[in-house]
Amino acid sequence: MPVSPEELKQRIEAGIPGTSAEVSGDGAHFEALVAGPAFNGLSRIAQHKLIYDVFGAEIGDRIHALSIKITALEAR
Amino acid sequence: MSESASNPMREAIQSAISENPVILFMKGTPEAPACGFSARTVAMLEALDQPFAAVNILPDPAIRQELSEISNWPTIPQLFVDGELVGGCDIITEMYQSGELQEVLGIEAAAPTAEEPVAVSAAEPAPLQIDNLL
Repeated sequence: MPVSPEELKQRIEAGIPGTSAEVSGDGAHFEALVAGPAFNGLSRIAQHKLIYDVFGAEIGDRIHALSIKITALEAR
Repeated sequence: MSESASNPMREAIQSAISENPVILFMKGTPEAPACGFSARTVAMLEALDQPFAAVNILPDPAIRQELSEISNWPTIPQLFVDGELVGGCDIITEMYQSGELQEVLGIEAAAPTAEEPVAVSAAEPAPLQIDNLL
């Protein structure tokens, strides 16, 4: 089944509580703008891994390429 | 036979990471990148006149498989500095724009220079072939 930006958005938001995501893409290459308190205080590597972990082995396979931009928000 | 001895590919990758202060695992070569993300990462390193070793992961799927096992990072490219994963294209781009990449690489804040770029590229190590290490 092809990947839609909407699917990626919903899975990121469901997988990382408190996160909001905007995802655009053409079915192979996607770009995600993700913001939330879960990223606060983490290294860039750890921030990206939170998102990679939502998709596991699908990254690089079913999801050909996912570009990520993260904004860490203050925890409320 | 020890476990590591049974995995020469993983050993070769680990040696390459520890022996090269700056090493980029990429699709294609710095001269002929095979992916836009790899191309952008190479362009940033070259813009900083940063010498780096490069490994093309495309010739053997096992390179990427073992690399991702070592780094716990699923995508390509992957830049390592002093044995540590710094990031892929997204992270390197953000760090390049903020100046953090220059810090990690130990590059002084840009003093405009008329230095011959040819002299710098001549000092770059030849592209690394993991296959040759086996």
